Amino acid sequence: MEITPAHYTILSAALFIIGVIGVLVRRNIIIIFMSIELILNAVNINLVANARQLENLVGQVFVVFVIAVAAAEAAVGLGILLAFFRNKETVNIDEMNVMRW
Amino acid sequence: MAEAFVFYTLSGLILGLAVAVITTPNTVHSVLFLVMNFLCVAVIYVVLAAEFVAVIQVLVYAGGIVVLYLFVVMLVNLKGDPEAHQDPRRLGVVFGLALAGAVLVELAVIVVYSYGREPSAPVRAVAEFPAEIQGNVAQVGWLLYTDYLIPFELVSVLLLVAMVGAIVLARRDS
Repeated sequence: MEITPAHYTILSAALFIIGVIGVLVRRNIIIIFMSIELILNAVNINLVANARQLENLVGQVFVVFVIAVAAAEAAVGLGILLAFFRNKETVNIDEMNVMRW
Repeated sequence: MAEAFVFYTLSGLILGLAVAVITTPNTVHSVLFLVMNFLCVAVIYVVLAAEFVAVIQVLVYAGGIVVLYLFVVMLVNLKGDPEAHQDPRRLGVVFGLALAGAVLVELAVIVVYSYGREPSAPVRAVAEFPAEIQGNVAQVGWLLYTDYLIPFELVSVLLLVAMVGAIVLARRDS
């Protein structure tokens, strides 16, 4: 069977759904951050697959930007986590429910 | 034929490793499954003839972001799983998985139905490259420096802002 971009889009959708389930179900905030990275990877797969089919490299340029933004977001998110962890020693988001104390 | 075999193998690996990322109770194991997932996605990029993106994936995602997560996991240094232990046979899990499966089937039907149809808006013409720009890296670089120069510079400012923000956030108050 020929592998069309539809196959890659379905793979991207499945990976996206797994990432969303991870964000919604897990309580450990580091796992939630990693699920967000899974979501971004799913989007990247979709962009690259359609870029190859349309023979337009703009999709890959977009992927470079998505990867850069994901790196920036991971750095800032983990900085926030470290700042919070210094005050209250937990990574359970059910306990991260006050803005100051 | 070969591409079908490679695609299905890689898809199974990617989705299996992703499920392992979100279900493993140990956080360090979860990070290691995530890095294996990123490497499989990089192989998919090579299959799709996007070599520049594949190398960037390995360098930035697997080599940078995952190392950052591992640092933070080790710094946080949890003693045992902090998540509440619930009965795994509760009804919400079954219902949630059924809902996720329904959404996936719906997305797949939409994708298969719309693939091969005429696009409703005209597709933009392929980018014209000069004759000496050969290869995937050169073409992506050419696009980044000509058509998409402003987003490229903005991304560099974004990274600078993120770096300053992360340093300020993680610094000890002294």
